[in-house]
Amino acid sequence: MKRKRFRMLKRVFGVYLPLAVFVFFSLFPFYWMLISSFKANPELYNLKANRLWIQSPTLDHFRDLFAKTEILRWMFNSFFVSFLTAFISMTFGIMAGYALARLKFPGAQAFGLATFITYLVPTTLIFIPLASVVQKLGLSNSIWSLVVTYPTFLIPFCTWMLIAYFKSIPKDMEECAMIDGCSRIGAMVRIVLPMAIPGVIFSAMFSFTLSWNEFVYALTFISDTTHKTMSVAVPTELIRGDAYFWGELMAASLLGSVPVALLYSFFMDYFVSGLTAGALKG
Amino acid sequence: MAAIAHAERLPARPWVSRFTKPEALTGYFLISPAVFLMLVLLAYPFVLAVWISMTDRVLGEPGKFIWFQNFFKLLQDPLFRETVWNSFIYTITTVFFKMFLGVILALLLNQEIPSRNLIRGAILLPWIVPTSLSVLTWLWMFDSLFSIVNYILLGLGLISRKVPWLGDPFWAMVSVIIVNTWRGLPFFAISFLAGLMTIPRELYEAAEVDGALRFRQFWHITLPLLQPIIAVVVLFSTIWTFADFQIVYILTHGGPINATQIFATMAYDVALVAGRIGEGSAISLFLFPALLVVIILMLKYLRRE
Repeated sequence: MKRKRFRMLKRVFGVYLPLAVFVFFSLFPFYWMLISSFKANPELYNLKANRLWIQSPTLDHFRDLFAKTEILRWMFNSFFVSFLTAFISMTFGIMAGYALARLKFPGAQAFGLATFITYLVPTTLIFIPLASVVQKLGLSNSIWSLVVTYPTFLIPFCTWMLIAYFKSIPKDMEECAMIDGCSRIGAMVRIVLPMAIPGVIFSAMFSFTLSWNEFVYALTFISDTTHKTMSVAVPTELIRGDAYFWGELMAASLLGSVPVALLYSFFMDYFVSGLTAGALKG
Repeated sequence: MAAIAHAERLPARPWVSRFTKPEALTGYFLISPAVFLMLVLLAYPFVLAVWISMTDRVLGEPGKFIWFQNFFKLLQDPLFRETVWNSFIYTITTVFFKMFLGVILALLLNQEIPSRNLIRGAILLPWIVPTSLSVLTWLWMFDSLFSIVNYILLGLGLISRKVPWLGDPFWAMVSVIIVNTWRGLPFFAISFLAGLMTIPRELYEAAEVDGALRFRQFWHITLPLLQPIIAVVVLFSTIWTFADFQIVYILTHGGPINATQIFATMAYDVALVAGRIGEGSAISLFLFPALLVVIILMLKYLRRE
């Protein structure tokens, strides 16, 4: 009996308690974001109330956001850019990843190396000249500047992720298909791709998230209110001078966070297995 | 890396046909969009960055070629020196904390615990939510008047006086370090967890038979086997943290009195706010040596694996 109790205590203090501290540290900012967005101003700025709870929840901040700001437009821009760039990067990433995993041609090694290095290049290293390239292309101040630049960091990621997946698929199947008269590209699309679906979903989802969250390029290339994406619009458009409307800011942050959080809650298993696969094979 | 080794095993034939055989042509066709984008929007801007950094270009004027003057000027600028110092402090401390806490968290997550997936999801959340928006929440949590962090710490009796989180040079650095650790920890923990899950149970069972203590099991089995993944994650994080922008830009904007100014935020201020594009480009390029070191270490490491 005593021994069992000792082991129980050891588990509580050795595992559950430290884990609870980590979970609290992780989640508290989101809790604070959530309750701040539903608190009316008098309560939000009342230092004497119980600040960790809401007395009278209100939707005022959300109503203000939809009535007085371009938030719907920003949400649309974010969705548009993220979907499109994830799709483009997936397509090109599948093509390049398949070529590197299966085909032998001079220069393949150099290209693989270049992709890997590209993946490491931080956006802050080249954002200044890239702004002038974007301007020369006639894309500054338009969401198309993001559609063309985001794939530069998404394609290398997708390519690397998919090489690992493609290599785990046995070659025999596509070789059979090719003997039966299927072309190389046909075999890739009909045989290999369906088998690599978990990898494709993982890469697409991650690309979507990276686009949705991108900040530096969006801040640099776009200055018009109506063309901004959520990640940049909320901190730049909703803070007017020195005035911080925290209720509104937190409500907007919540709206900008929910889509990716939902995406992950649906595909969590793919995500952990994808990350594991990447870590093992990559 | 093994993926690319194929190219070397090609049989000897006239060199032109190596490029024109059907397999090679399909290969070139498949990689062409990626190559094109990388050349136009990555390689070219990089060359352009080197060029601009050697001019005295300001907003609206092309400027003239001045060799390395921007770099020399920067190295003598006390503000830039402070930036270099801050960047190192920021990177070294946050990467250390993320690694240390990441190992602990991964070990905890690897235990048999109820609702494991839910907890993993909760831990992952800071990493997937838009950083600019979550950092905005931290800005509100560190507010000078309404800081909830102070409210909680005072309530628990852990501090006796309000902490001036963002108003004081020392505490501002502490704040950005806390937020960076918060945001980057999930990547470390989940990657390490993936590594832990590959360690065969038999190893631990054998150690238990030999009577090895938990700590010694960790030191002699877990850590050596986890080491490759720790190295890769640390290298990744080092370059990303060194080049970080959002957290500092939103939380402190480099202040107070440049106490948290790092490379990317200073480059942004100089090039796009003050309009001195040449000088700003030069600041950005100071990230390049760090990138180079990381690339070399990473390639060396992955080759060996």
